[in-house]
Amino acid sequence: MIGGKSSVQRRQAILTHLALGLLSVVCLLPFYWLVATSLKADMQVHAMPPVWVPHPVVWANYPKALVYIPFLHYMKNTLFICLMTVFGTLLSCSLVAYSFSKIKWPGRDALFVLVLSTLMLPGQVTMIPIFAVFRWLGWIGSYKPLIVPSFFGSAFFIFLLRQFFMTIPQELSDAARVDGAGELSIYRMVILPLAKPALITVGLFTFIGAWNDFLGPLLYLNDDSKYTLSLGLQQYVSQHGQEWQLLMAAATVMVVPIIIIFLLAQRTFVKGIALTGLKG
Amino acid sequence: MKLADPQSDRPRMSRSAKRDLRNGLLFASPWIIGFSVFTAYAIAASLYYSFCRYDILTPPHWIGLKNYSRLIVDDEVFRRSLWNTLYMVIFGLPIGLVASLALSLLLNAKVKGIAIYRTIFYIPSLVPAVAVATLWMWLLNTDIGLVNVILSKIGIMGPGWLTDPKWAKPALILMGLWGVGGSSIIYLAGLQGIPEHLYEAAELDGAGPMQKLRHVTLPMLSPVIFFNLIMGLIGSFQYFTQIYIMTNGGLQDSTLFYALNLFNRAFVDLRMGYASAMAWILFAITLLCTLLVFKTSAKWVYYEGGASK
Repeated sequence: MIGGKSSVQRRQAILTHLALGLLSVVCLLPFYWLVATSLKADMQVHAMPPVWVPHPVVWANYPKALVYIPFLHYMKNTLFICLMTVFGTLLSCSLVAYSFSKIKWPGRDALFVLVLSTLMLPGQVTMIPIFAVFRWLGWIGSYKPLIVPSFFGSAFFIFLLRQFFMTIPQELSDAARVDGAGELSIYRMVILPLAKPALITVGLFTFIGAWNDFLGPLLYLNDDSKYTLSLGLQQYVSQHGQEWQLLMAAATVMVVPIIIIFLLAQRTFVKGIALTGLKG
Repeated sequence: MKLADPQSDRPRMSRSAKRDLRNGLLFASPWIIGFSVFTAYAIAASLYYSFCRYDILTPPHWIGLKNYSRLIVDDEVFRRSLWNTLYMVIFGLPIGLVASLALSLLLNAKVKGIAIYRTIFYIPSLVPAVAVATLWMWLLNTDIGLVNVILSKIGIMGPGWLTDPKWAKPALILMGLWGVGGSSIIYLAGLQGIPEHLYEAAELDGAGPMQKLRHVTLPMLSPVIFFNLIMGLIGSFQYFTQIYIMTNGGLQDSTLFYALNLFNRAFVDLRMGYASAMAWILFAITLLCTLLVFKTSAKWVYYEGGASK
């Protein structure tokens, strides 16, 4: 009886592995093709039947792609925007989330509903007036429109951090209060250290969001010395649409940092995604 | 009005309540200021612009309902972009939903190395949209793209994915399936929250795997499905970056989607008022669809703890 069941289970496990393995190959194939193409000579890119393993390996595609459009410069620009945005988001969202979870004040919960309802608002509705405001401020062409808004909180991350702060026992803040601590020091000394996993998750999400952002830089950056990787790659596509090995090299350079960051922070990251998944 | 509340005879409480209010507002002030400018003001201004001719270089000029009437009555391009977007909602959204759900069921299996599989399927959803678009332009190349090469190996003559107006939207749906693992992880969190005893009870009643899926898994997962459906719906109307890069709405307008059309009107033609009216129609449509899903949700979304909460 028991033996029978375990053999059924084993068969199921094998079938699951088979299905997952096959799908994994399908899922990874585009990545393989991305990197393989980036290392091919032009002849082999267009060869029929296709060449699966580049031979010879043309490393020179990378310097060529990275020089034509100043990719390293764009990467520096992108990193700057990303880090500023992460800083702004973490600072503003944690402060606001603290107010919505740890301080009791009249109107708080009604306002929190308002925070959540802004998640349903399509960005297109506010896009034009916000553009007009930044234009009026003379900020078009600078990084300010991409960075400054992050210092004013983002509904989704406020929600995420608030949910996390709610799980921190009230006694901890009360104990600090008895010792004479004000709200700011409770926020800094008690809540922030305990919320590290949630903060890291928000930081990562923000970083990846800013790294991948295209519409923002497209709207606000007009001087190509200020371009981000997204804009640089798009420009490359429109100018060199057929030089696939160079395009793939450029794309690889843009994709790899994100994947490395993800793999390094995977555990926190998956936990954070689970945290958001519980929302439904 | 609040000054006369019963706490006024207990000055110490009142003082601490006042302090809490001050601190609460102070800590929340980044969002309050941001909301006032980037949301409240922006909504009001956008609504106003939608009744104006506005090229952003000169002040808006009131023209009443003209933007709306022109959009609805005689803008053929607008109608086509709306249809293209609805096509993605009607076909792309359900296909993606079923695929990510099915994948999450597989990823919930208790087999060795499952964490590695989860990582593999999640990674494509991290790839920047610009890079996704670039990569898939290459994969979907009609003559030498990998997709058609593989199809030809099994005797299928692949279509001109990104050159034939009939195939462009299916191509985008196919490309979207690559990133489906992102929402699978959200389903997975839901799946792991389903208590084991429900399955045990179903087994005692003689339920097979299909019945367990139908009567335990899907009902318990329905709130998450609901959440993903709403988010997918809103996302469909915002579809922009990939298509901007891959076709820029070309192919006889077969890939001109709502958000791209709106962007072109606003920032290429500088018809900001017209584009604002489009934004409000977009908002109305998403709201309507969301309400529709909400209305039917009472029939298929199951919340633990009953309907009262």
